[in-house]
Amino acid sequence: MRLELRGITKRFGALVANDHIDLVVEPGEIHCLLGENGAGKSTLMNVLYGLYDADEGEILLDGEVQDFEGPGDAMNAGIGMVHQHFMLVPVFSVAENVMLGHETTHGPGILDLSAARETVRSTADRFGFHVDPDAVVEDLPVGVQQRVEIIKALSRDAQVLVFDEPTAVLTPQETDELMAIMRQLKDEGKAIVFITHKLREVREVADRITVVRHGKVVGEADPTAPDNELASLMVGRAVQLTVDKQAARHTDNELAVSHLQVATPNGQVVVDDVSFTVRGGEILVIAGVQGNGQTELTEALIGLHPDARGSILLDGSELRGRSVRKVLDAGVGFVPEDRSTDGLVGEFSIAENLILDRTDGAPFVRAGSLQLGLRDEFAREKVDEFDVRTTGIDLPVGRLSGGNQQKVVLAREMSRELRLLVAAQPTRGVDVGSIEFIHQRIVETRDAGIPVIVVSTELDEAVALADRIMVMYRGRVVGIVPADTPRDVLGLMMAGVAPETEGDAA
Amino acid sequence: MTAPAVDGTPAATPDAPRTVSTVSWKTPIALGVVLALYALLLLLAPREGDARFSLSTPTDFFQLPVYVIPGMATAWLCAAIGAVLVVPSVLATRRARRTPLWVTGVFAAVLLFGFLAWAAAGSARDLSVVGLLGGAVALSVPLVYGSLSGVIGERSGTINIAIESQLLAGAFTAAVAGSLTNSPWVGLVAAMLASALVSLVLAVFTITYRVNQIIVGVVLNVLVIGLTSFFYSLVLVPNTETLNSTTRFERIPIPFLERIPVIGPVLFDQTIVVYLMPVIVFGVWYGLFRTRWGLRLRAVGEHPRAADTVGIEVLRTRYRALLIAGLVGGMGGAFYTVVSINQFGREMTAGAGFIALAAMIFGKWNPVRAALAGLLFGFATNLQNVLSVVGSPVPSQFMLMLPYVVTLFAVAGLVGRSRPPAALATPYTKE
Amino acid sequence: MSARPGQDPADSAEQPPADDREPVGTTEPGRAEEIEQEKAREGAADDGETDDRWQEAFRRIISGGWAVALGAILLAVIAGSLMIIVTDEAVQEAAGYFFSRPGDTFAAVGEAVGGAYSALFQGAVYNFRADTFAAGIRPLTQTLNNATPLIAAGLGVAIAFRAGLLNIGGQGQMLMSATAAGWVGFGVTGLPFPLHLILALVAGILAGALWAGIAGLLKARTGAHEVIVTIMLNYVALYLLSYFLATPGLMQAPGSANPKTPPTPESAQLPPLLGERYTLHWGFVLALVAVAVVWWILNRSAVGFSYRAVGENPRAARVAGIDVSRSTVSVMLVAGALVGLAGVTQVLGTVTTGFGSDIDAGIGFDAITVALLGNSNPLGVLGAGILFGAFKAGGSAMQAAEGIPIEIVLVVQSLIVLFIAAPPLVRAIFRLPQPGSAPKKKRSKAARKEVSA
Repeated sequence: MRLELRGITKRFGALVANDHIDLVVEPGEIHCLLGENGAGKSTLMNVLYGLYDADEGEILLDGEVQDFEGPGDAMNAGIGMVHQHFMLVPVFSVAENVMLGHETTHGPGILDLSAARETVRSTADRFGFHVDPDAVVEDLPVGVQQRVEIIKALSRDAQVLVFDEPTAVLTPQETDELMAIMRQLKDEGKAIVFITHKLREVREVADRITVVRHGKVVGEADPTAPDNELASLMVGRAVQLTVDKQAARHTDNELAVSHLQVATPNGQVVVDDVSFTVRGGEILVIAGVQGNGQTELTEALIGLHPDARGSILLDGSELRGRSVRKVLDAGVGFVPEDRSTDGLVGEFSIAENLILDRTDGAPFVRAGSLQLGLRDEFAREKVDEFDVRTTGIDLPVGRLSGGNQQKVVLAREMSRELRLLVAAQPTRGVDVGSIEFIHQRIVETRDAGIPVIVVSTELDEAVALADRIMVMYRGRVVGIVPADTPRDVLGLMMAGVAPETEGDAA
Repeated sequence: MTAPAVDGTPAATPDAPRTVSTVSWKTPIALGVVLALYALLLLLAPREGDARFSLSTPTDFFQLPVYVIPGMATAWLCAAIGAVLVVPSVLATRRARRTPLWVTGVFAAVLLFGFLAWAAAGSARDLSVVGLLGGAVALSVPLVYGSLSGVIGERSGTINIAIESQLLAGAFTAAVAGSLTNSPWVGLVAAMLASALVSLVLAVFTITYRVNQIIVGVVLNVLVIGLTSFFYSLVLVPNTETLNSTTRFERIPIPFLERIPVIGPVLFDQTIVVYLMPVIVFGVWYGLFRTRWGLRLRAVGEHPRAADTVGIEVLRTRYRALLIAGLVGGMGGAFYTVVSINQFGREMTAGAGFIALAAMIFGKWNPVRAALAGLLFGFATNLQNVLSVVGSPVPSQFMLMLPYVVTLFAVAGLVGRSRPPAALATPYTKE
Repeated sequence: MSARPGQDPADSAEQPPADDREPVGTTEPGRAEEIEQEKAREGAADDGETDDRWQEAFRRIISGGWAVALGAILLAVIAGSLMIIVTDEAVQEAAGYFFSRPGDTFAAVGEAVGGAYSALFQGAVYNFRADTFAAGIRPLTQTLNNATPLIAAGLGVAIAFRAGLLNIGGQGQMLMSATAAGWVGFGVTGLPFPLHLILALVAGILAGALWAGIAGLLKARTGAHEVIVTIMLNYVALYLLSYFLATPGLMQAPGSANPKTPPTPESAQLPPLLGERYTLHWGFVLALVAVAVVWWILNRSAVGFSYRAVGENPRAARVAGIDVSRSTVSVMLVAGALVGLAGVTQVLGTVTTGFGSDIDAGIGFDAITVALLGNSNPLGVLGAGILFGAFKAGGSAMQAAEGIPIEIVLVVQSLIVLFIAAPPLVRAIFRLPQPGSAPKKKRSKAARKEVSA
């Protein structure tokens, strides 16, 4: 089936998320939609899938104009989507998820589960993988969940398949397997739209590439085009992927983590016997595919997992078992992974957010009373220093862009006397300009002799920022290696394969 | 990214993620505390004399004797058995297993029996087991229907604090409709419709206008109390003969079965509304877990966006679920006026809707468990009635308090973790 | 507008500001929606998330605006009028020959409704039939008297709301505070006036605080939902008090078989505020003080800051070192103390002749509606409390003068809250503009994109 989008425009108020986008995907073709975070790729696909109504433009399938009222219509027309956030009901079995919405029934609406199981088995067999139809989805690894999403789309006989950032949660190995599945689908004559911002993946499977920026198509490219050409097309200017920094000058400050273990409430060990040290003046990047224990590790460092076991020594004193308040007071700065849920109170003003963790006493609180004048003065100073672009310090922080929100978090965390900085995914969802600023501040912190831990799932960022890289896989440390370790070794490590020589321990 | 591992040393990571034991000591501790309280009761308030349990009614096939047992001795024996039962719970927890359900069940039953023996000791009257159980079934009717209403609504993602108002609206309407037509059937249907109307208001405000579900529920309760009381004193009281004296459902004894001792009079000499109860419980269970309707309803309650992306109309599904919940809840409301007594009284449901809510939570959003919890709470309420007949030393208020205290323990996680539908209380918006 | 077409939202300094600044304490609807959607999308299942979600949902409904509030009150009053009309005998009679003489019906309608509202007004504000101003103003003092516990309890619900907790347990907290205050009142003898009063006050407020504290503690320690817990505690309190009242030697008045306490001795009574001729007592002043205190807590104090942070985003609060559990327990203690104040003013000021288990008089539930109408802000609660106090005073007068059952007040009050909670409905009925729909979408979109991209 041939998919054509003509002049799709989607506005949200004054913001134009999609500006007259044209796109053609032929059957038997993998068409990559390449663009930065926030370029409008997902909006476009939600229009295609009937989740949003386009303000202008039309969708054509095999030359016929379509009018989708909702996802149901899109699906019936033969469009299938593998969502970035899986659209699976966690407590349902695989078979139930696959049949949901087009259930096979016998009698008056009585479910025929065996038919659904058969669908799951036969589709899985076709692609040479195994999925237990009766497994409950929430118990499955993300890679398998994604396959359930694919089976779901195929079981409805989708002819156009959209993969929305499908590799973010996959290991390199799983990514390769997904690529193989995509190629097989292509050989079966499906039209495939592959949304991503990762150049390497594009190069591997794409037949054609369309680059979107700021909601517009800015060009088409050939899969053989060089990286920096694609990147500058995507970002709109030459991209500097390196970070300026001097060689590390170690100080005596030190964070020593040993045998740290964190378990989820239902007993799954997500951080498993993790030991490492970070010296003052160096950046340790914790790399790995998302969901391999990095989040829980940083949370444990800050005291968010009171049940964690092991030891966390900061300059010789034990942090484990302390409350978050006490850990912060010990001089730990923490930039959480998900700033909008963990880092900021969206409805609070910038000024309020800047003192969010400072309400336990002087200078901002005296005799139980907030010192509003002092707070505002501080806020103005920090907004200036961290280049937060805002109309004023009273603006609710939720109205700032991602990059500016992140600067507010950084400003707050760096305005205390630090002895350790932990930054989890500090540049995720942040515009390029802010990324450079954030990297620069992190390097400055390191140069001030403070141990820095950065969690990143982007290999490029890890390599650019790190003095050493620690790779985690399934809650364990695969290895700690120097920043100049070859990418293919790092890639293998992210799939759980330890490097042949253990990296420098220092 | 590079090709997958072909050579190199695989990390020493087992394929299945490691787990550690998380079984808590809550259950054995809870059992121990209950046992200690029970023993304390026996120590502080010893009772003299024998307890008399009667099991038969005159119409039974054969008459069972009145069992006379020594009160205190039996009570202490039960305490001993209870103590023995704590052991397997402790052992199971030690081995990182859950306490088997039978242990908790037998523990509860034994202590209950001991409690009855203690309470009835020295009383001249017989403690009628038939009366105890039969009354429990009757009192649990609105609780069971109410909790089913809650289960259906909440499984689709809408918290239903308004069960109380569904029951009250049902009771009121059944009384009026039943009085006007002299037909309890019309009363029953009217009650179901009235309760569905309450549900509809809940749906409009929570689903369409996305108002906080708990607040709408609370306000609806006040609204229905206001409306029914207003019309009761202004319209029903002056016209009691025509508007508030309905015909009730007759008991339908089931031939043969009704004459089996104990269970005959308890289970097989009831009204149609009671007989329908197990049918509806099973129907709701089957509907929720075995049909397309139920699959979609639960999907909408767990992950509405996922349901939307496969073409399920989330809002319509939720509306439909709430309307059906209303119909079911109305049957419980009808119980008050066309089964129990034949007229409506101001605020006559007296918080049963909240006990039904408690039963639903206690039953972990499962229709069968919720119905069993409803029966249990009905039993607790009736226990108070029966004990006051034999002259129990326990103040009635404490017995009446029991369902609420039990629910407090349940929601505090002392009786096993429960997990509500994930999208509960979340309004759904497409864009 | 800072975002020009084609400009990436991430590049602009801020997302387009709203055309109208919402009042303090309200939530931008678009943002709330966006968060809800994210949550729904992730399909997360743990209890904490559920809470976040309906805090968001809750805040959306309290962002009403005055036009909507007025519209809601008007709609509710119209509904109340309809109830009066259909049950009025003169109207029914005239309606019997409506088609021959429709004028009669309208006249009867006018009389019924006019009479009712005239009685309502004269019972709540000023009685024109009174001879002197002093007598005429008596209804207003009665209104303020009724408003006293509503304001106090409303504050208790509102402050919990702001910390993200729904305190449905006002009834139980009032009953327990009345129990404690009453018991100190008639149980402790020999203390002189101010001392005895203060002791009873403190005891009652403490009891309310502790009863609510149980809910806070269970929530903080076990994650038990405070709504369920507070509802259950209402009944536990009710039966506990019933037991005390039915047991001679505990709280039952000596020599009586009724479940009622002895009267409150004079030494423990709140003295009248405007002299003996009015029922209004110093409890009203205490309620006003409570308004000021709660305002300070919420807007100026560090502890209030942490309450609000927990209420808006408990996860961020936790990461910022705020002890969410402690905050939950402490806000419930404060909320319970405020509701306790309501119970205390009842027992020591309004009902001093001995009380039964209905001493809460539904105030615990009315407080929820008061808090909602008052937008969970202390001054709003003050206004809403006085309004509902007036309804109550006027309702009694209406019942006495026109024979209209006072339950109509419950109906009107609950309808007001329902309508207030659904601004789009009210706006649609009155054809008011639906504000912020365009910027709302835009904002929610831009925010979402950045989260999901």
